[in-house]
Amino acid sequence: MRGKEKLFLLLAVVAAVGVSMASSLFNRYYLGVAVDVGINVILAVSLNLINGHTGQFSLGHAGFMAVGGYLAAKLTLVFGPHLPPAVQPFLFAGALLVGGVSAALAGLAVGVPTLRLRGDYLAIVTLGFGEIIRVIFQTSEPFGAATGLTGIAKLTNFGWAWGLAAVTVYVVACLVNSTYGRGFIAVHDDEIAASAMGINPVRYKVTAFVVGAFFAGIAGGLYAHQKAVISPGGFDFLKSIEIVVMVILGGMGRTVGVILAAVILTILPELLRGVAEYRMIIYSLLIIGLMLTRPQGLFTFGKKRAA
Amino acid sequence: MSAPLLELEKVTIQFGGLTAVCDLDMCVGERELIGLIGPNGAGKTTAFNMITGVYQPTSGSIRFCQKPTAGVKPYILSLRGISRTFQNIRLFAQMTVLDNVRTAMQGNRAQRVRDALLRGRTFREVEARVANEAMELLKIFGLDHFHDSMGKSLPYGDQRRLEIVRALAAKPKLLLLDEPAAGMNPTEKQQLMELIRFVQDKFQIAVLLVEHDMKVVMGICQRIHVLDYGRKIAEGTPAEIRANPKVIAAYLGTEEPDA
Repeated sequence: MRGKEKLFLLLAVVAAVGVSMASSLFNRYYLGVAVDVGINVILAVSLNLINGHTGQFSLGHAGFMAVGGYLAAKLTLVFGPHLPPAVQPFLFAGALLVGGVSAALAGLAVGVPTLRLRGDYLAIVTLGFGEIIRVIFQTSEPFGAATGLTGIAKLTNFGWAWGLAAVTVYVVACLVNSTYGRGFIAVHDDEIAASAMGINPVRYKVTAFVVGAFFAGIAGGLYAHQKAVISPGGFDFLKSIEIVVMVILGGMGRTVGVILAAVILTILPELLRGVAEYRMIIYSLLIIGLMLTRPQGLFTFGKKRAA
Repeated sequence: MSAPLLELEKVTIQFGGLTAVCDLDMCVGERELIGLIGPNGAGKTTAFNMITGVYQPTSGSIRFCQKPTAGVKPYILSLRGISRTFQNIRLFAQMTVLDNVRTAMQGNRAQRVRDALLRGRTFREVEARVANEAMELLKIFGLDHFHDSMGKSLPYGDQRRLEIVRALAAKPKLLLLDEPAAGMNPTEKQQLMELIRFVQDKFQIAVLLVEHDMKVVMGICQRIHVLDYGRKIAEGTPAEIRANPKVIAAYLGTEEPDA
């Protein structure tokens, strides 16, 4: 039992970096999809902390992702050309961290004023917030306005994406599976009962927003350095919905299910490339079908329990 | 006599034009078992919600352990030692029985984000201790074999008991029970009375019991306060209350004088 979480983290990061070292053996296209999957796992698992475990319906995840993506990309664009190649990974790590922290601050900024809201109202406010962030970047010249940022170094690889996905899973799972972290689920289940049991709902909600936003920012940074080009359109409302769908499909508050849903929903559109123009229709129909038949989430095994 | 654990002084609360509780004075001493009764809508649960910090009184003061509770958030009051159950059971629906109990053990200051993430030795020790204590509590109430079931899947009576266990897990000095006998049959009520007496004796805490059912309150409480339309109409031992004409009138109505 003891320390098995840390062992998992270590093994997962080593495996991710190992596969990354051997990346020349793999088809570039598949590798690219695998990196996308890793990024989406980060997004879905971090949103799951807010929407699933804590029960706050946020539709602003793409906004947090944009903050992290833009700031990280700007940093490597400005400092990258002046630094020797050996330092690049450190610059990248620093840029991701700055992106994550900025997104976390944005999470704090949204979390605090919206605490009084719940359900649909919170969803609308976070949705509006996500759009505000997108519009800010769209009108801001230093961030390329509507064209966005181009020529971003392709620093993201399999190791970064999956290594950080492992860190995200570790952090969210460890946070929730502790006496402290059961407070998140308690707030989700019954706020009044939770506060009668010594749990401060405000603190937990803000923590969920900050931690969730931090990892969304990291995912944004990875995304920017994977695509080499980012534009405001990539962080719109639909992107938020895409992540929410992963969480709902995976089963709210179920980490394993959410990871699987992120994997499937990233690969599915790629598999459907063969049928070209019908791709998005089939994708949508599949999601509608799954929602009708499995409203509780596709994967309900691995019930959320502690220790 | 030492200072009482809980003191209410001229506590009044108004919702708009409605005065739900008016000038309520009440004391609960350490290890006392006090009843708060009254007909439907008399303001019992409202009084509870003021004591636990859910509502703020419009006027008057409440002190717990000599400290005023005005403006103190419910979760702080819980950490200070006021624990409660709810009239309509409020268990954590997505948690197992054991987790419901463990969640209430937030008094451990060692338990913070950092500990949960680093998972050091102290963390593991605290977690093991919390799990043990929770199991011990469940064992005392005969719920330990259900520890892995979902809280909400238990039979009704067991859910009520689990709520009491959860409230006790917060290590209270004062336990507030809001209509614990609601929806119970006479046998279950009898068991509940024994359980409350047992809890008070075993954990050496004060209990404030809000109840509709006269038999339950009369059977176990040392002193009883009676509310009607937000005002206290009587206070005393069960025998005094039983004989009090105002209480009889509030519960049964007054007799029409024969014309």
